[in-house]
Amino acid sequence: MSVPFLYALVGIGLFCLGLHALIVHDHLLRKILAINVMGSGVFLVLVALARRGGDTPPDPVPHAMVITGIVVAVSATALALGLMLKVKEATGKNELPDRDRD
Amino acid sequence: MTLLAWAFDALLGLGLLLLAWRALACPDLFKAVVLFVAFGLLLALAWVRLEAPDVALAEAAIGAGLTGALLMAALARLGDD
Amino acid sequence: MKWRRWLLLPLILALAAGLGYTVLSLPDQAQGLQGAVADQLDKSGVSNPVTAVLLNFRGYDTLLEMVVLLLALLGVWSLGVQPAVRTESDPGPVLDTLTRLLVPVLVLVAAYLLWAGAHAPGGAFQAGAVLGAAGVLWLLTCGRPQHGLARLPLRIALVAGVATFMAIAALALQTGRQLLEYPPAQAGSLILLIEAMATVSIGVTLAALFLGAEPTDKE
Repeated sequence: MSVPFLYALVGIGLFCLGLHALIVHDHLLRKILAINVMGSGVFLVLVALARRGGDTPPDPVPHAMVITGIVVAVSATALALGLMLKVKEATGKNELPDRDRD
Repeated sequence: MTLLAWAFDALLGLGLLLLAWRALACPDLFKAVVLFVAFGLLLALAWVRLEAPDVALAEAAIGAGLTGALLMAALARLGDD
Repeated sequence: MKWRRWLLLPLILALAAGLGYTVLSLPDQAQGLQGAVADQLDKSGVSNPVTAVLLNFRGYDTLLEMVVLLLALLGVWSLGVQPAVRTESDPGPVLDTLTRLLVPVLVLVAAYLLWAGAHAPGGAFQAGAVLGAAGVLWLLTCGRPQHGLARLPLRIALVAGVATFMAIAALALQTGRQLLEYPPAQAGSLILLIEAMATVSIGVTLAALFLGAEPTDKE
C-alpha cells in the first residue's frame, strides 16, 4: 500500500472514530471535539488523494480547499462553543435536554 | 519506498488514530483538550509528510493552536458558572 | 433503548469498511489539476501554486471564506457570551515575560509569511493565524482592550480584508473584465494587497472570536 492510501485509510478511521464519539457522548464539549476530529479525517483523505500523481508535484487545488476548510472549521467551532456556553447558562446543564430518555 | 519511510508513516498514522481515540474517550475534559492539541500537532507532521507545507502551517497555527485556545477558554467558562 | 448502543458499533464498522473499499479501489496514479495549474502559473502573478489557486484561480471561494469568518464572529457577538478574559487580569511572571518576548516576534513572523506566500509556503491565512495567536497572547496579559481601540478601529480592521477584495473585484468589472479577473501585469501586486488586508482582518477576527464578548463603550 503506498503512502497516499495509508493516510487516506487513517483519515477514514479518524472520521469513523469521530462519528462514533459524536453519537455516543452526551456532553456538548465532547461532541464539538468529535466534530473537529471528523473534519480532520476528511481533510486527511482529501490531501492524501491529492498526492497520487507519482513523480509530479501534488495537486494544489485540494490543498487550497483544505486550508479553506481549516479556517471554516475553526469559525464553526467558535460559534458552537458560544452556543454551548449559552445552553449552560440557560439550562444549567452541559447536555441538551432529551424528551424520551431510556 | 524505503522501509524507514514506510515505518515512519505507519507510526504517524497509528499515533494519529491512538491520540484521537484517547482524546475522545478520556473522562477528564482538560486532558481531552490537551490530547486534542497534541493530535493537531501530529496532524501538521502528517501534512508535511504528504508534501502540503501550506496546509501544515495553517493546521499548526489554526487547527492546533487557536482551536486549543478556544476550547480551553470555553472549558474555563463552563466550569465556573 | 439500550440495544441501539450495540447496533452502533457494527454500523460504524460497516461504514468504515465501505469507505475503505471505495478509497482503495481508486486508481494508484491519478493526475489531478497540477498540469492545468502549472500551465497558467506564470500568468497568475505568484509562483507558489497553492497561493495562485487560493487568491487567483479560486479567488471567489477565498472571498466567501473571509465572509464566513465574519459571519461566525457576528454569531458569537450576537449570542452575548461572557468574555474569555476579565477586565483586570493578573498574569504571572512567566506569561508576562513570554508575551513581551513573543508578540513582536509573532508580528515579524506574520509579516514574513505574508511576503513569502508568493514564492514559498505561506500566505494570508497562515500569517493571519500567527497574528491571531499574537492577539490571543496580548488579550491574555493585558485584559480587554480599552474603549478607544474597541469601537471604530476594530470594525475597520475586521472588514478591511473583505472590503479590499470586493473593491478589487468590482474594479475588474468596471474595466470590462470578468469578476475577479486581475490584469496579468498587476496581478502580483493586487494579490499582495489583498493578502495584506486579509492578514490583518483574519488576525483581528480570530482574536475577537477568542475573546467572545462584543466590545462595549464602557471599558
